[in-house]
Amino acid sequence: MTPVRAERSETLTKLENVMANMCPYGRFTHAVVRGIPETFGKVAGDGGENEATAAVELAKAQRQFGCLTGALRQKVGLQLIEIPPDPELPESWRIEDVAVIQGDTALITRPFKQQRRSEAEAVRRVMSELSLTVVEMGGEQGDSGGATLEGSDVLFTGREFFVGVSSHTNRRGAEVLADTFRDFAVSTVPVCGGARLKNVCSMGGPGTIIVSNSDGAKKTLRMMEQLTDHHYDVLTVPEESAANCIYVKGPSKRDFLLHRPAEECPESVSAFQKLQDYTLLPTACSEASKLGASLSSLCLLINRKHTHF
Amino acid sequence: MTTEAGSETEVKENAEESAAQPDQSEEAKQESQEVANAEGEKEKEKDGKGITRYLPTWFKKQKSQSQTSPTKEVQPSEEPASKATEEEEGPVPEVNGHAEEVEKKEVKLEQAKEAESHSNASADTEPAKEEKVEERAEKGSDETKETKEGEGAEEEKKEKGQVEAEGEGGENQTSIFQSPLRLVRKTKMKVVVCHVALLDGTDFTCEVEKRAKGQYLFFKVCEHLNLLEKDYFGLTYKDNHEEKCWLDPTKEIKRQIRSNNWQFAFSVKFYPPDPSLLTEDITRYLLCLQLREDVASGRLPCSFVTHALLGSYTLQAEFGDYEPDQPRPLDFINQLTFEPGQNKEMEEKILELHKSHRGMTPAQADLQFLENAKKLSMYGVDLHHAKDSEGVDIMLGVCANGLLVYKDRLRINRFAWPKILKISYKRNNFYIKIRPGETEQFESTVGFKLQNHRSAKKLWKVCVENHSFFRLNAPEAPTKARFLTLGSKFRYSGRTQAQTRLASSLIDRPAPSFERTSSKRISRSLDGAPAICITEAGRDMAENGREPHLELHSDSKSRLRVRGDNIYVRHSNLMLEDHDKTQDEVLKHQASISQLKRSFMEAPPPSPPQPNQWEKRLTSSPASVRVQQQQVVDVPQTEAASPDNTITETREPAKTTEVEIEETVVIQEISKAAKPGLVSVTASPAAAAAAAPPAEEQEAHKEEVRVGEEAAVAEEEEVQPAKPESASSESESEEEAEYNPDVPVPISQTQIPEEKEEEEEEQFAPRDPPSLPAELSHAAEETTEEEKFIKEETDAEKSAVEERKTERETEERTEDLMVTPDEAPDSPVPPEGSGADFTQEEEGEPKVKGEALLVEVEPRLQVICCSEPPVVKTEMVTISDTFAAQKTEIATKEVPIVHTETKTITYEAAQLDGNGDGEPGVLMTAQTITSESLCTTTTTHITKTLKGGLSETRIEKRIVITGDCDIDHDQALAQAIKEAKEQHPDMSVTRVVVHKETELAEEED
Repeated sequence: MTPVRAERSETLTKLENVMANMCPYGRFTHAVVRGIPETFGKVAGDGGENEATAAVELAKAQRQFGCLTGALRQKVGLQLIEIPPDPELPESWRIEDVAVIQGDTALITRPFKQQRRSEAEAVRRVMSELSLTVVEMGGEQGDSGGATLEGSDVLFTGREFFVGVSSHTNRRGAEVLADTFRDFAVSTVPVCGGARLKNVCSMGGPGTIIVSNSDGAKKTLRMMEQLTDHHYDVLTVPEESAANCIYVKGPSKRDFLLHRPAEECPESVSAFQKLQDYTLLPTACSEASKLGASLSSLCLLINRKHTHF
Repeated sequence: MTTEAGSETEVKENAEESAAQPDQSEEAKQESQEVANAEGEKEKEKDGKGITRYLPTWFKKQKSQSQTSPTKEVQPSEEPASKATEEEEGPVPEVNGHAEEVEKKEVKLEQAKEAESHSNASADTEPAKEEKVEERAEKGSDETKETKEGEGAEEEKKEKGQVEAEGEGGENQTSIFQSPLRLVRKTKMKVVVCHVALLDGTDFTCEVEKRAKGQYLFFKVCEHLNLLEKDYFGLTYKDNHEEKCWLDPTKEIKRQIRSNNWQFAFSVKFYPPDPSLLTEDITRYLLCLQLREDVASGRLPCSFVTHALLGSYTLQAEFGDYEPDQPRPLDFINQLTFEPGQNKEMEEKILELHKSHRGMTPAQADLQFLENAKKLSMYGVDLHHAKDSEGVDIMLGVCANGLLVYKDRLRINRFAWPKILKISYKRNNFYIKIRPGETEQFESTVGFKLQNHRSAKKLWKVCVENHSFFRLNAPEAPTKARFLTLGSKFRYSGRTQAQTRLASSLIDRPAPSFERTSSKRISRSLDGAPAICITEAGRDMAENGREPHLELHSDSKSRLRVRGDNIYVRHSNLMLEDHDKTQDEVLKHQASISQLKRSFMEAPPPSPPQPNQWEKRLTSSPASVRVQQQQVVDVPQTEAASPDNTITETREPAKTTEVEIEETVVIQEISKAAKPGLVSVTASPAAAAAAAPPAEEQEAHKEEVRVGEEAAVAEEEEVQPAKPESASSESESEEEAEYNPDVPVPISQTQIPEEKEEEEEEQFAPRDPPSLPAELSHAAEETTEEEKFIKEETDAEKSAVEERKTERETEERTEDLMVTPDEAPDSPVPPEGSGADFTQEEEGEPKVKGEALLVEVEPRLQVICCSEPPVVKTEMVTISDTFAAQKTEIATKEVPIVHTETKTITYEAAQLDGNGDGEPGVLMTAQTITSESLCTTTTTHITKTLKGGLSETRIEKRIVITGDCDIDHDQALAQAIKEAKEQHPDMSVTRVVVHKETELAEEED
């Protein structure tokens, strides 16, 4: 009897976590990353906006990548799944863009750049292996025709989605996301200055949003506040690059925050220290940052603790 | 039982005949007709209407006269509210018990015999119910009834019939007393079979008096369901355009459905944000049923997993623990069709999850279901198609938190209730005024285009209701303060969530056992429990003060009202505001209005519908039966632009420091006699009384009785000159107008509603157009749509008399303004002069006008003023700011209350008004909210103008209290002021104008 009961309660817990809004943000069990290819810094295909700034050091980038994955695995305690780099896909390390995952559903996105869309294949396989329900955005035809969506424009707060309508993500893409994650409100917010939504804000806890102090970020935040039914604490950081962090409530139930180190964001470190009882993990990301990416760009976080489905 | 029903019907038809005995043959005919054809019913109704017209005037007059004295004796100064409560609560044990029993029996009969003999069963049931109601309501006024008896043989007949049927000698007298009500009902007696689709998929059939209000049916359904926490629910019907509409509980069903299709659906109207706070499992169960349907239909989108989870809880609740052997679950699932795209995978997951719920009770499963469902982003969101200012298709979602704007599935904007200052609609435009943000200086108005006027109004109503329900604590306190409720009628008339929670916490009954869907298929019947439920329900209702009957009264009022939403016909001084119009336009508009006023004043009497009538009445109305108290509160100016013009709606604390708030509270109390409805008529008599000799009034009464329609027609036009005519008109109008807040109303109402309602709608339109030449035109401009509606409706009406009646009604409805003309004639002061006086002297009057306008704004709803008997006393009491201030905290000035019986009105605020008139400033916003309670009609007009650098917000509240002589005017006034202060703590009461119209005979005597 006792074991049975235990099972039942466990199952219920799982269900609750599956349910909309039931799971506070930050409970992750797995992280999916993709290695830095040798072609790092070379923009895929026709070359992108980052070409000019591509004075990146591959070795340093790989080192930083290693530090990040190490922190996720050893400090935070996540199971790390690393997809080998593909030289043919110079931007494949920005794995965040390729999928949006919530609960047991993974939406394979359609990145703005045609050349990046083949990055999804490897990710799709991993999602399937994790027994996630994989949802495709669909082809060029149909309802989602012309829709573009990248994960770095999607902020999931645990309660709702905000989709930044940016240079890489359009409204149609947001609609597909809304259609995929029907339990949640999906709000679109403007992102200014060619940035990505996750460049100006990220989750710093179950009810905490970290936002940069820039005017564009303020504007975006104002819109988010206007659109939400919920209350969030806002942690403002003076440097824009500091606004992108990775928050995980690890298996140990502790709050981990991966953030840019003092060398990269000297003025923002003090802000992070306001977070009570957090384990702060300064993680360098200078090279990826040169390409417009940030910490969160490098990983997909998944909660697969409950696999009863 | 049959006899009873028959008696009622007979009464209607035979009302003219004073024979006390009901004709069974007639009854049978009626029944047969009903059963056979709805059309037949209609015809009968028409006939009956005609008769009723005559009769009603009759009865009413008699009643009024006779009643006055008795009532006074009995309950000299009972407050309408108290009466109402008494009535509601009142269900005399015996009487109630009988009635209830009867009802129960009836219900059973109905169910059993529905197909067979609706006529008998229905007739019985309804009569019984009516009796009950009457009894309750009339308990207080039994004496009155007695007096009535002598006068109205008809009533006696009805009563007798009922008595006979019941076989209770003791009740005979009461019935007699009640007879007036019964008569009305009887006249209306026609019974209609309503089919209500319940949430469990079953159909509930019950018979309802054709003129019954929505609440009556709703309560019957709730009784059937054994539901106490019913405020979250409502009934819907499909209009002519196949659109789902909420049945307004305060209005007659017949008028709303506009067709012979008496099909309704019981639905959740307000989705509780936290279902776990519901008191009873049965309530949660019903909510679950609704949500299951919402999910299955796609209205409540959710993910696959969530869908499966909800389905598993459904299975657990319906079938208990998972049993592998049972094939049933699968079948059940299939039947349930959780989702259109449901597939094998879904079923498997549902079953898999179902297994995990082992041991969970149905109630627990329901709760879990709700706990998950409530988190869905679209939970409780009522979507409406619209276009934004750029013509882009969007969806507007109304929910507990506010208004959401969606484009496709994406949320693109959101306006929380606290940020919304005002909600309005004009034609097919829907507007919300947004409180300025921290960084913004000015409020902004966001406009959306709806498909048509109808949908705009529908959306507006939903917004008003949701805001009231979720955001206000006891705002309009529909319950107690019928007098001063600040919302508009349109507004939510029921309890707010806070109130219903409080009420639920008081529920003291063992958890009712109910059968769930699965088992219901096997059998269903709530016979045993219902009785208890009924009593409880009745009590609750009494507590709330919302009894169906009462509501009926309100309905009658609504009839009178002109349709129109944001139409401000005549605010002499104040403003009108078309959102659409530019400031210049507004100014022009104001100017034109003033011209109209003048012209109107100058214009010959013939045009009854003109709003000025109100003023005239006021001036002349000394004799008017109604007691109108107008409280105008002018608060010193505050700057805050957003002081919340829409206090009623938002109740937002005024942030502004300096705001001028004018609250006009017009409390009109109409004695039962007053019910006669035609204010104008009464007013004129009153005027006559004041200016003219009482004898004329008496004559007028007589004439009224005799003349009836004809006289009325002439009266309206000639009202001023010919008092008698006016009197006649009054009599007719009285029926419509009567609101006795209390019991008496029901009768009158019932009668009125049928004829008047129908007529009114139809007539209204005609009247407005013709009668309101200049002023109307203004109004028309603003209200065009509404008017059109009215016209359309009115077209049906043919006879001039009816039109005139309608005009009268409209006038009355329009708030006395219409009446005014009549009064003016009677009144010593020439119409023009009176008008001028009003404008000049009475700032309150203008307000009143405004109010009237407001009334118009709300299309059908409010029949604001009902004047009744020819002889009316009018007391104008002006209370300075201080007075208000004292009561409220904010009041700036204290002004002594001056009672003037004469038509003249005093106001301190006059200067302010004058200033306002002189310097219109820029009209920022104007808003009118009208709400009706049984006894009280409250019209709130909020205008925001920009003068110089100051923006001032004025809130004018006009509260019309209609009731028998018993009403304690002072108390009502005090309460009104108190409420006003409570609602607008940040504002001060600048002026209080009390216009009291009372039948001389009743009150004075």
